[in-house]
Amino acid sequence: MDHVQDMPRTDTAMPMPRAAGEGAVVPAASSAVAEADERPKMYRRRSSRVVAGVASGLADHLGVQLLWVRATFAVLTAFGGAGVVAYGLLWVFVPQRRRDDAEAPTTPKEKQQAIGLLILGVGLLVSAGAITGAINGWVAVPLALALIGAAVVWREADESQRRRWRDGARSGVAGVVLGGGGWSAAVRILAGVALVITGIGVVVLRSGSLDQVQFALLAVLATLVGVAVLTVPFWLRMVRDLGEERRARIRTEERAEIAAHLHDSVLQTLALIQKQAEAPKEVARLARSQERELRGWLYGPSGYGAPTKGTSAGRLAEAIAGACGEVEDTFAISVSQVVVGDVELDDRLTALVLAAREAVVNAAKHAEVDEVSVYAEVEPTGVTVFVRDRGKGFDPDTVSADRHGLADSIRGRMERNGGKVRLRTAPGEGTEVQLEMPVKAEQGGTR
Amino acid sequence: MSETTQDRAPISVFLVDDHALFRAGVRTELESITDEVRVVGEAGSVAEAVTGIARTKPQVVLLDVHMPDGGGAEVLRRARTELPDVVFLALSVSDAAEDVIAVIRAGARGYVTKTISSKELVRAIARVADGDAVFSPRLAGFVLDAFADRPGSAPISDPELDLLTPRERDVLRLLALGYAYKEIASELFISVKTVETHVSSVLRKTQLSNRYELSRWASDRRLV
Repeated sequence: MDHVQDMPRTDTAMPMPRAAGEGAVVPAASSAVAEADERPKMYRRRSSRVVAGVASGLADHLGVQLLWVRATFAVLTAFGGAGVVAYGLLWVFVPQRRRDDAEAPTTPKEKQQAIGLLILGVGLLVSAGAITGAINGWVAVPLALALIGAAVVWREADESQRRRWRDGARSGVAGVVLGGGGWSAAVRILAGVALVITGIGVVVLRSGSLDQVQFALLAVLATLVGVAVLTVPFWLRMVRDLGEERRARIRTEERAEIAAHLHDSVLQTLALIQKQAEAPKEVARLARSQERELRGWLYGPSGYGAPTKGTSAGRLAEAIAGACGEVEDTFAISVSQVVVGDVELDDRLTALVLAAREAVVNAAKHAEVDEVSVYAEVEPTGVTVFVRDRGKGFDPDTVSADRHGLADSIRGRMERNGGKVRLRTAPGEGTEVQLEMPVKAEQGGTR
Repeated sequence: MSETTQDRAPISVFLVDDHALFRAGVRTELESITDEVRVVGEAGSVAEAVTGIARTKPQVVLLDVHMPDGGGAEVLRRARTELPDVVFLALSVSDAAEDVIAVIRAGARGYVTKTISSKELVRAIARVADGDAVFSPRLAGFVLDAFADRPGSAPISDPELDLLTPRERDVLRLLALGYAYKEIASELFISVKTVETHVSSVLRKTQLSNRYELSRWASDRRLV
């Protein structure tokens, strides 16, 4: 369950659907798993990072040089600290990558550049603040303290998450906060907390001219802000873990559903087949009907693999398959059916299907064959169904008047609905029944 | 071929299927009912199949459609460039249009389902070995469906490839109904040879046409 989010993704940057300003290029792989959130996303790097892996992750994501990303952050910092804010937001909202293997190692030179740019960014922030006067000297120091404190705690959160991934899931508050990091993790977190509290405390204390009520309010507010800032990573992690657990649960349920279905159908049939091993005809019947059922479940229009869309009364192909299946089961013969095109059923087509079923039943009863072929074709003007066997055939003129099958069930039914029947048969030649039913003009055959 | 079926050397056949049980079954059945066919090798994976086919150089490969690592279509892609003389007959339990059309477009000369009787399988092997095509009723249905002229289907870019002649349509209809070639010939008052020509021509169109339905079915299996 730890690998739900894992995406096979190369380290070289690829064009993302969300890449700024570019046309959406959806990777071909996404068509396989039609889940929007399984698309390759942006990840923070884990192993080769200086602060939190945001810059390198962004560079991977956008396909630009790492140095340029870092420089942009540094320069942006000069504008009212925008770089710091952007970095912080990305840190919070972009998850860490889970696998180390796909990452390029950091060279010492890159690390030096990064630290240089970091110092440059901080310098720019301070000097820009000093020039514009937006940041007074007494605010700058505690603000910096609070920022560093938050960074230490957030980084520790990243570390603990990694340890959790490595060691397997751990539950409980201590597990979430420390993530198995032991004393050093606790010390780091406490130090970070202390820094944030000091920073906020200094800000609050320096505004000493306020009276007591306002001071108390301010203190409460400041504490809340401090707690919120410090616990951001843990809240986020909880939300993400919940999402992952939900996905794992869905998978488990899916698996259970498949297992239940296979048990009720395939395993039962296999057991029956073993019991009936002496009766080949019965075995064949069981196997055929099970095969049909499983196929319908896997690939059929209302089956497991089908997209869930509302289907109306029924389609011709489905109805014919159903009718053939019934005859197969009843008479223990095999009925191979091919349907070209498909339409919605209406009264006349239902009559056509019933007539075709009767023709198959006739073949099964009288032709003395193991196999009957059914072929249906949907054309813009009408639907034609052929039912054919290679059986013994008969002489149409000598059929006794009391045999209703052909006369009533087939011919009568077709003619009442405006259709036609043609019959080709002779003793020893097999039988072919051709049923033709015109469709109304507005019903075009589509699949 | 000018010799009669009795005289000529047995057709060498290579079996590719990831189920060993199925391979064993086919091998025993083929060898027990006829001398016309000789199984020269078998393989259970795509890689094994590619090397095995190159080594044994069979006349016909019986190819399973569904296998790990790309399935029958992958074997076709990798083996056909080097050995253009080997013909492939796809054999599958799948009746899904995208599977059937995908292997045909990858270069198989025919498609039959695994429920085919051994006698008919031997007949199908002999037919593809002679350079003809083998269409199961289901495949004939898919092809008719793909070439059907419907309101809303894509415009025809190459009539030579994208349309079936009325005669080819007739032949396919009868194939879909389970008629044998001989029965089709007498039904349409043409020779068996002409039936074979029509079927081969339909096969060529199925492989080369750019009709939307065909390319869609093929691309559903990531095969263009």
